[in-house]
Amino acid sequence: MIQVSGLRRSFGAQEVLRGLDLQVGSGEILVVIGRSGGGKSVLLKHLIGLLRPDAGHILVDGVDITRLARFALDRIRERYGVVFQGGALFDSMSVYDNVAFPLREKTRRRGADIRQRVEEKLAQVGLEGMGEKNPAEISGGMRKRVAIARALVTEPEVVFFDEPTTGLDPILVNTIHHLIVELHRKFRFTAVVVSHEIPEIFRIADRVAMLHEGVIVDSGSPEAIQASANPVVQQFIRGDVEAASR
Amino acid sequence: MTGQGAAAAQPLPVRLVGGLGALVLDVVQSLGRFGRFLVTALIYAFVPPVKLGRIAERVHFIGFRSLVIVILTGGFTGMVLGLQIFLVLSRFGSEAFLGPAVALALIRELGPVLCALIVTGRAGSALTAELGIMKITEQVDALTVMALNPTRYLIVPPIVAGIITFPLMTALFDVVGIFGAYLVSVELLGMSAGTYFGEMQTFVDLADVMTGFWKSLSFGILVTWVCTYKGYYCGHGAEGVARATTQAVVLSSVLILVWDYFMGSVLP
Repeated sequence: MIQVSGLRRSFGAQEVLRGLDLQVGSGEILVVIGRSGGGKSVLLKHLIGLLRPDAGHILVDGVDITRLARFALDRIRERYGVVFQGGALFDSMSVYDNVAFPLREKTRRRGADIRQRVEEKLAQVGLEGMGEKNPAEISGGMRKRVAIARALVTEPEVVFFDEPTTGLDPILVNTIHHLIVELHRKFRFTAVVVSHEIPEIFRIADRVAMLHEGVIVDSGSPEAIQASANPVVQQFIRGDVEAASR
Repeated sequence: MTGQGAAAAQPLPVRLVGGLGALVLDVVQSLGRFGRFLVTALIYAFVPPVKLGRIAERVHFIGFRSLVIVILTGGFTGMVLGLQIFLVLSRFGSEAFLGPAVALALIRELGPVLCALIVTGRAGSALTAELGIMKITEQVDALTVMALNPTRYLIVPPIVAGIITFPLMTALFDVVGIFGAYLVSVELLGMSAGTYFGEMQTFVDLADVMTGFWKSLSFGILVTWVCTYKGYYCGHGAEGVARATTQAVVLSSVLILVWDYFMGSVLP
């Protein structure tokens, strides 16, 4: 569904992506792991068209989105849902309005139809009755769930999760992971999850790709990645401080 | 040899010229981006769907919520003008010209300028900070990936609201200022109300009112343009937002004064 080839991107003198290749299959949950500051979020921003690469291609169903003009790119984005690291909820709106916003702005749905859909999504993420709250009044875990509800409310084909569990306690981490799996099973969207939650993330992934120094150094099933012979992958999974600092 | 190493090896005059060239290119690039920002916003202002709800909300934020400060400032400016001009004119026995002097000063000059400066401090800074926070918390990115145009949602409404509210607030400032001067000169210093308003009718014409109107209209665009631009392109973190807010207020205030001189020398 998504094919990335030879992706390169520098910021000043620092080359963050160095000819990255990656494939995302339709309907799978692909988890991209890697060290903090290793370019995972930069890769995600390229996939959703927020950044343009210096070189390389990103094909979405055969269309190279790196060459698209804004309006054509928007047609691709209409098939996307994105859960940002901090939630990126509109703080001037209530929880309900945040979730309803894409429906009001991008669909012909109105009134009771929107209300029913929003309440359904809030219930699916375990936030029924919380619609009138402001984003500032709810906890970090709740904000992540509202962000998931907002990303899924238009029933997108592809959902991108940028470190959806950062800053949450272990129980909430598992709750969010469980939610992603449950919603994926129900709606069959393609999911790209950027995370460094090891080993919890292996439970939800269909496939894992390890990003290191701007390239994907290994990818495969969670079992294959855990058994990888690549020392960089093993160092990351084991959290080997000495090896990492060498 | 690295690029930096090669640059360091060059003679000083070459490095100076290179540095100056880079600076000029940077300034030209920034000015181009600044200009394109406004042009894009003005184009989207006329391309449907126009976000009327957002515009109304911004009119409320920039205009309605600035009313108290505009009335207070206008009132006291008029009172100070009334007192000072009365004292000066009384030396020449020309107190009769107090009304037109106050009205012309307020309508042509002080009303548009002071009102714009006050609204920059109250609403312009808040616009920059709000947009800056939206930028650093990825709310702007969230709009973009929803295939919604941030310019249409975040930039056009304040600029249209500035065009609507600045002339109205300036008119209010002028009226309150004229009554402030009336209070001091007629009620406190004993001048005749008929003289105060009668001479005003004689000396103030539509061209003066239109001068004030065009100035306030252009300040409405200028202030919202600068403040939204600075917020939209703010730096990273809280420091970036703070710096953008300061720059927005300073740049708006300076441009108001410069543009006022330019308008004053062009308009009749």
